[in-house]
Amino acid sequence: MTPGPPLWLLLELTYRCPLHCAFCYNPTDFARTGTELSTDDWIRVLRDARALGAVQLGLSGGEPLVREDLEAIVSEAHRQGFYVNLITSGVGLTETRIRALKGAGLDHIQLSFQDSSRQMNDFLSSTRTFDLKSKVAALIKQHGFPMVLNVVLHRLNIDHTAEILEMAHRLGAEYVELANTQFYGWAWHNRAQLMPSRGQIERAEEVTRKFRERVGAAMRIFFVVPDYFERRPKACMNGLGSIFLSVAPDGTALPCHAARMLPGIEFPNVRTMNLRDIWFESAGFNHFRGDAWMKEPCRSCPEKTRDFGGCRCQAYLLTGDAANADPVCDKSPHHDRVSAVVARAQQPRHHEQPLVFRSPANSSRLFP
Amino acid sequence: MIGSGIDAASRPVIERRFRLQWEPAQNAHVLLYPEGMIKLNASAGEILKRCTGEASIGDITADLERAFATTGLAAEVLAFIELAIEKQWLVLPPAVQPAVRP
Repeated sequence: MTPGPPLWLLLELTYRCPLHCAFCYNPTDFARTGTELSTDDWIRVLRDARALGAVQLGLSGGEPLVREDLEAIVSEAHRQGFYVNLITSGVGLTETRIRALKGAGLDHIQLSFQDSSRQMNDFLSSTRTFDLKSKVAALIKQHGFPMVLNVVLHRLNIDHTAEILEMAHRLGAEYVELANTQFYGWAWHNRAQLMPSRGQIERAEEVTRKFRERVGAAMRIFFVVPDYFERRPKACMNGLGSIFLSVAPDGTALPCHAARMLPGIEFPNVRTMNLRDIWFESAGFNHFRGDAWMKEPCRSCPEKTRDFGGCRCQAYLLTGDAANADPVCDKSPHHDRVSAVVARAQQPRHHEQPLVFRSPANSSRLFP
Repeated sequence: MIGSGIDAASRPVIERRFRLQWEPAQNAHVLLYPEGMIKLNASAGEILKRCTGEASIGDITADLERAFATTGLAAEVLAFIELAIEKQWLVLPPAVQPAVRP
């Protein structure tokens, strides 16, 4: 069966980032990634992806504002007819740049906060950025962009959900994403410290429900449930190679931005293969299409057309084999590994390990 | 509020958070919004692309009936526009009020 178009294109323009968030999903070995693509490379990727039918574009990283050619990339994307989303920490979003980005045709800005309090925001990102982010939020509104406020939730901030929602409302966010941490990259490394307890999640969901009742349609709140606490896996990427195409800073094309970790699969690079061949022909993109790769219990499971066996990266991280069922599923023979993680999160912490913050130095230490 | 005040004279317009666009690769109109997309069926696309804020629902209906050489679309068009307003895809700009003098 021929796959449809890669409707969603995510360009991770750089792994450079002024923040050092301990829950970042970027690969922990990012420091040894090759050189970043040039402006011309990115523009070629945009044109080729648009020709394939891509229409939603995410510009992310790292911090995309680190790239001085961001305005040029946005401008070309807009000209091609993409809906252009900038996914940013806000650091570097000055009055001059936001004006230029508006002029270039940027459609929307997703601004991340780490918490509602200066102290926790600055601790989690290992920076002093809380006040700056608040100023950037005001700039975003002032320039008429719709604003999505994104806060990654975990054990250390999930109890502040009410305050986070109040802050978002005060800042005028149209959408709020309360995204419970997905455990990849740095978040995987720090998972013991970041995993919330079931009680924390239930309280946060209740707070969110009440807030929704109060503010109604003025602010839409997405509460992304942490899948470790579920009995069925998420339909990750709607199945790999189905609608999503991501390009890493060094040009590696991926069917999921975390897929780089999967061993034994060669992912193509936009420097050496054209995007059409990458999407339709490459081994990296065809590997997990359809269901021939599946093992039991997925292969004979009637739900495989709904969740596609869940997340390949999670299957690999927790079971050592990316073709296994996502162990979040309680039909998986490895589900006890997820249950054990959840059970551990119910315990109070007596001996806190320190968080390992995302930084080039820590990356080099982990992968000398 | 919703439901009241919508009639053939109303002039709906796409809400500013959304962008309506024809996508050849999907052979469909889509509504784009922050990190999301709604693929529209043919009739939804034909109605929404006429919601410019200039045309009244009456104009839109007449134009559709002309374009598709048919009649009797008024109820269907109105029902869809009501739904689209409920979903916040469309808004009705506030009617111009005559200045009130004390």
